[in-house]
Amino acid sequence: MNVSLLLIILLVGAFTTYFAGDKLASKVALLFSLVALGISIALLNAYNSGANISFFKFWINKPLVSYSLTADGLSLIMLLLTSTLTPLIIYSSFGNEYKNAKSFYALILFMSFAMTGTFLASDGLLYYIFWELALIPIYFIALIWGNGEVEERKKAVVKFFIYTLAGSLFMLIAFVYLYQKAGSFMLQDLYKVELSRMEQFWIFWAFFLAYAIKIPIIPFHTWQAKVYQKAPTVGTMLLSGIMLKMGLYSVLRWQLPITPIAAKTYLPILIGLGIAGVIYGSIVALRQKDLKKLLAYSSLAHVGLIAAACYTLNIDGLRGAVLQMISHGFVVVGLFFAAEIIYRRFDTRVIAEMGGIRSQAPKFASLFMILVLASVALPTTFNFVGEFTVLYSLYQINVWFAVLGGTTIILGAYYMLKMYQQVMLGETNTKVFADVTLHETIVLVIIIAVIFFFGLYPRPINELINPSLDQILRTVNRIQ
Amino acid sequence: MNTLIAIIGLGILCLLFEIFDARKAIIPVVVIGLLAVLGLDISEYNAAPNFYYNNMIVVSKFSSAFSGLFIMLTIFLVSLGHKFYEGNQTKISDFIAIKIFLLAGAVAMVSFGNLAMFFLGIEVLSIALYVLASSNRLSIKSNEAGLKYFLMGSFASGILLFGICLIYGAMGSFDIVEISELSRSAELPIWFPIGIVLIFIGMLFKIAAVPFHFWAPDVYEGSPAITTALMSTLAKVVAIATLYKLVKTMNADISPAFQLIIVIVSIASMTVGNIMALRQINVKRMLAFSGISHAGFMLMTLLSTEKSSGTLLYYTSAYALAGIAAFTVILYVCKTRENEDITNFHGLGKNNPLMAAILTASLLSMAGIPIFGGFFAKLFLFTQTIQAEFIALVIIAVINSIISVGYYFKLILAMYTKEPNEARTPTPSVYYAVAVLAIVLNIALGLFPSFVLDLL
Repeated sequence: MNVSLLLIILLVGAFTTYFAGDKLASKVALLFSLVALGISIALLNAYNSGANISFFKFWINKPLVSYSLTADGLSLIMLLLTSTLTPLIIYSSFGNEYKNAKSFYALILFMSFAMTGTFLASDGLLYYIFWELALIPIYFIALIWGNGEVEERKKAVVKFFIYTLAGSLFMLIAFVYLYQKAGSFMLQDLYKVELSRMEQFWIFWAFFLAYAIKIPIIPFHTWQAKVYQKAPTVGTMLLSGIMLKMGLYSVLRWQLPITPIAAKTYLPILIGLGIAGVIYGSIVALRQKDLKKLLAYSSLAHVGLIAAACYTLNIDGLRGAVLQMISHGFVVVGLFFAAEIIYRRFDTRVIAEMGGIRSQAPKFASLFMILVLASVALPTTFNFVGEFTVLYSLYQINVWFAVLGGTTIILGAYYMLKMYQQVMLGETNTKVFADVTLHETIVLVIIIAVIFFFGLYPRPINELINPSLDQILRTVNRIQ
Repeated sequence: MNTLIAIIGLGILCLLFEIFDARKAIIPVVVIGLLAVLGLDISEYNAAPNFYYNNMIVVSKFSSAFSGLFIMLTIFLVSLGHKFYEGNQTKISDFIAIKIFLLAGAVAMVSFGNLAMFFLGIEVLSIALYVLASSNRLSIKSNEAGLKYFLMGSFASGILLFGICLIYGAMGSFDIVEISELSRSAELPIWFPIGIVLIFIGMLFKIAAVPFHFWAPDVYEGSPAITTALMSTLAKVVAIATLYKLVKTMNADISPAFQLIIVIVSIASMTVGNIMALRQINVKRMLAFSGISHAGFMLMTLLSTEKSSGTLLYYTSAYALAGIAAFTVILYVCKTRENEDITNFHGLGKNNPLMAAILTASLLSMAGIPIFGGFFAKLFLFTQTIQAEFIALVIIAVINSIISVGYYFKLILAMYTKEPNEARTPTPSVYYAVAVLAIVLNIALGLFPSFVLDLL
């Protein structure tokens, strides 16, 4: 058994879903995503028992490109994140009716396929192809099934597409240049290439452009809030829960080890940009009137901190970053789902029109409260583990980075609790709010269970990722 | 050589069909005939190289590989004619025969060994194109397009002929092998480079590269849609392949000055083509400008002629297959419409999802999005150009790829976000067949690039 099986299942799933017709599409998609989850867990077991789950096959002779999929701890944890979130996201959409559902669910599975491929590929070109492929489904999901005014949505989505494509094309040039040097696109060959300071400089920024737009890091974030707001909630979950992790993962896997000198040179600038994102995102979030936009900016703040952690180049930073990626993935999906639950009942996303929900729906109020507290990194939640490690790593670089980065907890608590107060508390709303249905409860409870489980017991993840992160740091530090 | 004879025989057969009033059978017979010719071409590929008639015709791997591509494109175009000329049955054998003769010209253009043969080929191709451009004789636009193309084209042919004469004057031979050997000698008469430049200009006109592109948008817009399809796929591919062969065989060592000209023309073509395309509302005009920018990309292969023939074959195949698929959808959508404005494509995603998906795929291929052939074509081109150390050119090309997304997506957005303004019309099955086959071949190119790359 190897990782290519997972990709095949997801691709077959996408096609089967399309041909299953509108009525069955959602169920077929859920089934295939659950099978994919099962395979991921089986792969994890195989990996832990020392089996070789990588896959290699020659593809193009000239230039030399191969289907090369390698799984180490870091890839596997991203794989598990993707394959756990995909069924959750699909299941969360069961309460909505979509026109042309067969295409919708097929695109979700196809996107999951492309993202899984991105996390696995160890050949530069193959990685680039998966990276770009992931963009096409989300473009159509946001464009066709999104909400709000068509013209406005079109603008936001096209901007997002051209922005991300532009960034990644510069990454492609970097890869082609590296190919000239190394004679291969394989990751281990690219690690060995000796680049001058100047070459590293150019390649580093070419990669950075692609990743900074995807993550997004300030000042490349301008597409984000609009797209998160306009996309259907499922699309927003895919974007914020998994897709932006592609950028963060790529920083660790490709950018840092290939251009370590540049990464060390620009370390303060990069951490500065990340922390600027934290502060900017938090302040802008304070002033949002639209619930989804508020969550989008809070996500920007959290991701800024993760990006800063990735660029610290010490083991705590990297580990904290990965932990935060996972926890952020779950929490943000939960929060956007909560926003969707409110939207289903009130048909609005404007915070001012909400309020007084708690007295009508106590179950929902408690579940939402837990998610809010998890998002502000209350101890015992998964976010606390990640955020604490990240802040500790920033402290090792410079106390002030940690102090400024720490504002995320204070500001985050402020705007999240204020939001909760305005949305949930207050006098009973004139509009009726039915409490969460069974399947909404299932989704939220699974997310909360994951958050608490790893919040109290993060060791399995640490053990899984530590060897890979050590390996990456060794590669980064190969040239002193 | 046998391929060429067989094609001409098929063309004559086509004319005979009219006499025996067997017009209904004409397209099936021609398609089967062309498939047989394709088989013949493959056998010639395996036996290459061969020389005929004192090197007038040289059948090399290069020529037969490209001929194979041309024959395949002609098969697609002829099949489309089945529906397109439905209301014009009386003339169908003329239209089809002209296309076959055009193919003969195209094959002659890539397999010449002598400049006289080259000129013969280009004239057969051009005259066939002039006729096809004005083939809708009751439409004033089509007449205008034909006349414009003819005037400009004959002027270009004149320049080309002048260049050939100068080269003959300098070298005393039409044979390209002899010319190539002589061009290595130290002392070259001044009119040899002048002749090369004149031929280069004539060919730039044929591939519609900036600054010789002015005819393209008008002619593309005015011609009947199926002729536009032919011009933007087959004719463009033929011209660039011929130019490549000319530059490769006659100019043994390309001087830096000549390389600079290529770089400038290439940058100008892609930039002007892309920026003008952004503003178009007529899809045919938009694809004309997109074709100009693709010509700029293809010209990049001339910078490293020793190694790039495989890349050129790959690029042209990916581009032409995407073009065929796109034009099939345009033929379907604009069958009953007066023009080809983007508004006609509104709501195609709802009306006919398969056709909309095919057009989307072909546009994504042209824009260079992975898994489609167009992406790999650009990738191989960029790899080759970086190897030849033209990094700045590659960066400009990449920026142009980003710009091109703007107008390709305009069409995609129109299909998926606007409401349809007319009810769905039935699609002829031949359109489905051609469009699906073309796009499947394009994706297959993307999945197995080595298959085409290693042909040359």
